[in-house]
Amino acid sequence: MLAWGVVAALAAACSSLQQGSLAPKGAGAQRQLDLFYVSLWASTAVVLLTLGLLGYALFRRRRDDDEERFRDTRFIVSFGVVIPLVVLLSMMVVTFASLAGEPQRGTMEVQVVAHQFWWEVFYPEQDFTTANEVHIPVGTKVELVLESDDVIHSFWVPELEGKADLVPGRTNRLVLEASEPGTYRGFCAEYCGLQHANMLFLVIAQPEAEFEEWAAAQARPAAVQDSRGEELFEEHACAGCHTIRGTSADGDFAPDLTHFASRETLGAGILPNERGQLAGWVVNSQTIKPGNEMPPITTLEPDELEALVDYLEKLE
Amino acid sequence: MTSTLERATTHERLDRIWSDKPGLVGFFSSVDHKRVGRRYLVTSLTFFVLGGIQALMMRTQLAQPELDLVSPQVFNQLMTMHGTTMIFLFNTTIWAGFGNYFLPLQLGTRDMAFPRLNMLSYWIFLMAGILTYSSLLVGDIPDGGWFAYVPFTGKEYSPTQSIDYWALGMALLGISTTVGGINFIVTTFKMRAPGMTVSRLPIFVWGIVVMSFMMVFALPAVTLAQVLLEFDRVFGFNFFDPGSGGDPVLFQHLFWLWGHPEVYIVFVPATGAVSMIVASLSRTPLAGYLLVATALVAIGFFSFGVWVHHMFTVGLGFMALSFFSAASFFVSLPSGVQFFAWIATLWKGRPSFATPMLWVLGTMFIFLLGGITGVMVAMVPFDFQAQDSYFVVAHFHYTLVGGSVFPVFAAVYYWLPKITGRMLSEPLGKVSFWLAFIGFNVTFFPLHVVGLWGMPRRYYTYPADVGWGGINLVATVGAYALALGFALSFINIFWSMRRGRPAGANPWDADTLEWAISSPPPEYNFLELPRVTSLYPLWEPEMQRVGAEEEPQHDRPVLLPPEGEVEHYTLATGGIDAEAENVMAMPAPSFWPFVVSLAVTTIFYAMLVRQFWVGVVGALVAATGLMGWYWPRWEEGEVELVGEELEEAIR
Repeated sequence: MLAWGVVAALAAACSSLQQGSLAPKGAGAQRQLDLFYVSLWASTAVVLLTLGLLGYALFRRRRDDDEERFRDTRFIVSFGVVIPLVVLLSMMVVTFASLAGEPQRGTMEVQVVAHQFWWEVFYPEQDFTTANEVHIPVGTKVELVLESDDVIHSFWVPELEGKADLVPGRTNRLVLEASEPGTYRGFCAEYCGLQHANMLFLVIAQPEAEFEEWAAAQARPAAVQDSRGEELFEEHACAGCHTIRGTSADGDFAPDLTHFASRETLGAGILPNERGQLAGWVVNSQTIKPGNEMPPITTLEPDELEALVDYLEKLE
Repeated sequence: MTSTLERATTHERLDRIWSDKPGLVGFFSSVDHKRVGRRYLVTSLTFFVLGGIQALMMRTQLAQPELDLVSPQVFNQLMTMHGTTMIFLFNTTIWAGFGNYFLPLQLGTRDMAFPRLNMLSYWIFLMAGILTYSSLLVGDIPDGGWFAYVPFTGKEYSPTQSIDYWALGMALLGISTTVGGINFIVTTFKMRAPGMTVSRLPIFVWGIVVMSFMMVFALPAVTLAQVLLEFDRVFGFNFFDPGSGGDPVLFQHLFWLWGHPEVYIVFVPATGAVSMIVASLSRTPLAGYLLVATALVAIGFFSFGVWVHHMFTVGLGFMALSFFSAASFFVSLPSGVQFFAWIATLWKGRPSFATPMLWVLGTMFIFLLGGITGVMVAMVPFDFQAQDSYFVVAHFHYTLVGGSVFPVFAAVYYWLPKITGRMLSEPLGKVSFWLAFIGFNVTFFPLHVVGLWGMPRRYYTYPADVGWGGINLVATVGAYALALGFALSFINIFWSMRRGRPAGANPWDADTLEWAISSPPPEYNFLELPRVTSLYPLWEPEMQRVGAEEEPQHDRPVLLPPEGEVEHYTLATGGIDAEAENVMAMPAPSFWPFVVSLAVTTIFYAMLVRQFWVGVVGALVAATGLMGWYWPRWEEGEVELVGEELEEAIR
């Protein structure tokens, strides 16, 4: 009984261990994890051998002629040079093989521009922009073109692929390939300022057809008939920074909100996109994510806020 | 020099000559290497405590998801100051402290080659620390990370002066480190005891010398990065601005071209100390002395060829990744050699489990794991995952705590009795060790896992639904245990200074020259300047009789100045074999190092507050100070060899 309990607990613990880069859902992360396991087994062997020798050296039975009998140079050269050399060389070969296997090119391009503290995502083929959410078709090599608008950031989706930096003045490329549909969390992985910790995003991998459908919908302008909402958006200066295609709002400092309501999160991956959260964000995002670029909107009457949130929620 | 009476008189005369003046005059004018060493140690350990408190504050904030104990601003400041303090102000300077105190003693001489420069290097270290920390007084604390990557630290994204405190403070510290490094090198080359050939150099001295060469060659890179950054920030230059043809990646290259050697700058002297402690507490010569010395030198060279492994995700191309990946694999080889030399020493010796040995064994365990994960992150594709995640945080805490902090405590337990004359408490030391050792592993081992799960570094908080809370809580509890462990050692230090058992000259029955003299050492170090005939001078029969007032008489020169004069005489040696060449009169105590350090600091403060005329005043004072410093006094420098005594000296 007790043994089974222990086994069950261990199994539970182990299954919860399978997260992030340990639970790869993409070709890149899988390759990186394979490499990690190779090094983990090799390391475990080296550590056990070394600690074994250390333990023996400490607690062995001493003899009077130890100093004469022990060939220290031979010992050091064997364990400190020869064996490490063999291990290191083989790990290097494995590494280079894995590195050479990294895909250089994808079959579809998505441009990602990092800003303090959010992600702008542009699909050149379909010609539309969205934010903080990267949709990709499953099984396709998607080539991300990574740039930064301000400081250095880094794009990281542990389940899919290791990270690549977004460096101002440079263009980096990263090939993402998801093997299973799903929603994967992404992080900014290079310190970029006050809200570095709240610069998250989602990568949503969808079956090909579903992705095509999504992209087509995103490419269309907003189809919402809500003149009050549009007016408020203009009046309270939202339009100075945000774009809603199909309306007069065409600011380009902040996330494109054309299909805002279709996104899952708010504030760069930090809040669920729900009505209450949205209202709070609009009124004063500074209390939620201090230091982000969006000023508190103090000019809104309660009924105006309701109407504005109604409008935003309709931007499917 | 035969009668006891004569020796006592000689002792008195030497003591009078080498003692500092009492009170504040002595405090500010002293150039005694032991005093410099003590000050380094005290100041450095103070910074260690500050950095530790910062770490605890961060760990507390991260104990659970979405806590709000410190603001994001404060967290980023803590993160920056913790890294800056631990790397620049503690880990580097603590070994300069041990080096200053023990290098001349191990070499069997009476002072460092440039005593005034030595004091200058301490004053500038202190003032650089104060300059950086003075940002606390105005609340404008650096928050750009200890690595201060541009463009975030440029004027546009960090408009306040916070970054200037970092860049100027650290550039100022660079002067201190460079000066100190040169001093160690010259001292070792010119002031070894006669007979101390290169193959009889204590292994800790090898460590300090390799460290010094690395400092001298690596520091210009980071100083350049800091100075160019200040040019950009203060004068509007564009070294790092991509919009005007600059390149932010240039900063990273300059930073890591120093930053990676820096890891070994703290590691090399630490392993030197570990090698000494392993050998003397195993009561046997260090196994593979030649291999270990070669390994230290090899580390010094190789460590300059791996800096790009801090930049694998920057997008530098396949060639760069392959080259620096390969180099990073092989930089671990010399460390492996040292590791197995320690095991071999323990194997053939009869190890005692006194407290210094416990810290050494802790060092070995922790550094082993850090080295292993170091090889892992050299595997480029895996590094794409590990880079800037908590895996890397765990990795380098294993290397730096294993490679420097635990050795510091080993060295404290081993060497402090020489400095204070009293032993630390063994039971308290053991409790302290076990708490720190277990606390460390409980803190940092789980962080590997949370890093693999995807937790990035430098996050002031993390979402609740990712499931990182449990591990972070464990790590935080571990951090408090670790801190308590270290705190017990500090208590032990204070306790021992009053209540500790008197140490005697050589409590560990160790082999190097610092143990030949009383604890604490006399002002002049050695009554008779020793001649060395072996790698283990005190294990040779003719040196067996040691003790404070009863130093063995070796019929060696004392080098007293003529009656009534107060020159600090010591011996200059040269060549591979350290043949006695001459007698030097060392510079006398002086206020000028303090004056010059104040003036130089004024120049840096003037940059900080953008009052350039103040800087000009500072420069003038510094120039005047240097003139006073070097004002010719013809009684200094080399002296004519006179009489039998000097013939003895170069015999």
